[in-house]
Amino acid sequence: MSSVTMETTTSKPGSLAAQRARGRPGIRAKDVLQLLAIVLLAGFILAPIYWMVSTALKTANETFAVPPVFIFQPTAEHFRTVFSEGAVLPSLLNSLIVASASTLLAVILGTPAAYALARFEFRGKSNLWFWIISNRFISPIVVALPFFLLARDLKLLDKQLALILAYLTFNVPLVIWLCIDQFRSIPRDVDQAALVDGAGLWRVFLTITLPLAIPGVVVSAILCFVFSWNEFLFALILTRSEARTAPVEAANFMTGFGVRWGAMMATGTLIVLPVVVFAALVSRHLVRGLTMGAVK
Amino acid sequence: MGLRDNRTTGVVAAPLSREFSGTRGRPRFNWTAAAMIGPAVLALLLIGIYPLIQAVSTSFKLYQITKPYLGTPWVGLDNYQTVLKDSLFWSALGRTGLFFLLTVPLQVALGIGVALLLTATRWKGPAAVTRVLLVLPIATTPTVVGLIGRLVYNRDFGVLNWMLDLVGLGPVSWLGSARAAMFTIALTDTWQWMPFVALVALSGLTSVPPDIVEASKLETSSWWETFRNVQLPYLLPGLTAVLIIRTADILKLFDMVFVLTRGGPGVSTELVSVYVQRVGFRVFDLGVASAQAVLLLILCNVLAQAYIRLFYREVEV
Repeated sequence: MSSVTMETTTSKPGSLAAQRARGRPGIRAKDVLQLLAIVLLAGFILAPIYWMVSTALKTANETFAVPPVFIFQPTAEHFRTVFSEGAVLPSLLNSLIVASASTLLAVILGTPAAYALARFEFRGKSNLWFWIISNRFISPIVVALPFFLLARDLKLLDKQLALILAYLTFNVPLVIWLCIDQFRSIPRDVDQAALVDGAGLWRVFLTITLPLAIPGVVVSAILCFVFSWNEFLFALILTRSEARTAPVEAANFMTGFGVRWGAMMATGTLIVLPVVVFAALVSRHLVRGLTMGAVK
Repeated sequence: MGLRDNRTTGVVAAPLSREFSGTRGRPRFNWTAAAMIGPAVLALLLIGIYPLIQAVSTSFKLYQITKPYLGTPWVGLDNYQTVLKDSLFWSALGRTGLFFLLTVPLQVALGIGVALLLTATRWKGPAAVTRVLLVLPIATTPTVVGLIGRLVYNRDFGVLNWMLDLVGLGPVSWLGSARAAMFTIALTDTWQWMPFVALVALSGLTSVPPDIVEASKLETSSWWETFRNVQLPYLLPGLTAVLIIRTADILKLFDMVFVLTRGGPGVSTELVSVYVQRVGFRVFDLGVASAQAVLLLILCNVLAQAYIRLFYREVEV
């Protein structure tokens, strides 16, 4: 015990040892309250998601039961319905195609741009930069109307391509921004040396710098995928049936008579599950992506 | 030195200045570099600027899809006059402001509270797990959040009314009355975005040097003093970013509200994006909707400018 006190007095006040010594005394009322608060918080976050998944696994009678049923025999009935009939599966496929293609395109367009912005000096660069970042703030409803007119004129309504292009409005700035950060963190000497050796800029970029920047590229790609997968407004306006994405299909359960809660929640579960897993993978970078790098 | 600043404030502007000050040895801009930036800029111009130009030009025209026989004649500023005199547009903006006031202060207060709780607690394990959980609401598809809302807020069999009943309250018609519906969408938004504030505050708190916190705890026993004088300064840049981002995102907010209430009952939860969408795609008055969109765009731009000025100031060398 005395050695602990010694440690606290001799080491710096903020050191880990001091903190540990402080935390060592028995559990106090404050600690119990804090644990309770943490558990409540976790419950608050998980409850809606739990309720979605459990409703997807309940029979209709159990869904409408008051008081609600917490212990039940799970049924795969709704998932089977969702897979066998209707448009849910094609809509998930549409979402997958649109989100993947838009992400891929954004990475192809965005990474060389980010590299050049990180490495070169030119006039008007900061203006270009501001403009790219300011795209984060444009409300989609502002461009949704002209997109609709444009897609109608180009016969792109209800085509996946329309959405793939529309999603570039937020995906390209995101890739550029996050990858600039990544390229900056790679010492310039690395590609400088190769350039002196006579390799072309594209080759240096593709064979040396880009491979080093893969972590940042993967993070930005995952975030692009998540944001594209979750998008609703453009999908609602630019698709009818053929290219309809999963969120629009899910929302469609609310129209008409007699909402099929089980099937709707099964669809919701299928939509949310992949993105939640992805987001958890890059949880450290989610905030950076949402704030365009202003908060790390 | 720039890098240290950045770590302590949690804001990324500093490394930029480091890059920009050291221009020596930088390759001059050349055609290859232009070819690298070109496609991205071209794509953004085509899908970003072109639609905006079209929005502006549509906003000067009479353009009602349901009445094709009227054609699309030039009407000057008529649409803008219509919008500026349109009490529904202004009340939609007002509602959006009210929604902001109902959500953002609460989310900021709760988010800071959560961040303080998770950093100060001795329960490191549960705190670490909860920190990961915070990502879930942010990543959950807003459309599905709206659908879950339909389920849990249901007046007859919703689990929320059952919980209220347990403590002798309710039943509440969550989406039935104007006032309740506004409260309900604010609550739903708080579930989804309070964790965002908490994560930002957490990253701010971890940048506070522990020594200073310990020293302050020796000087004062009040946690409020410690928070205000020591921790809050480190949180402010992040919270300012949150404030602007949330403002922009609330102006954008569409999916969750559209699915949960369709702007109803009546127009009681019709936030500005929902209103513009209705005028454009359910009334099909594209001219007026474009004028609204252009006015909204100006608002978005002001926000973007503020954000850039505050957080990327150093870029302007």
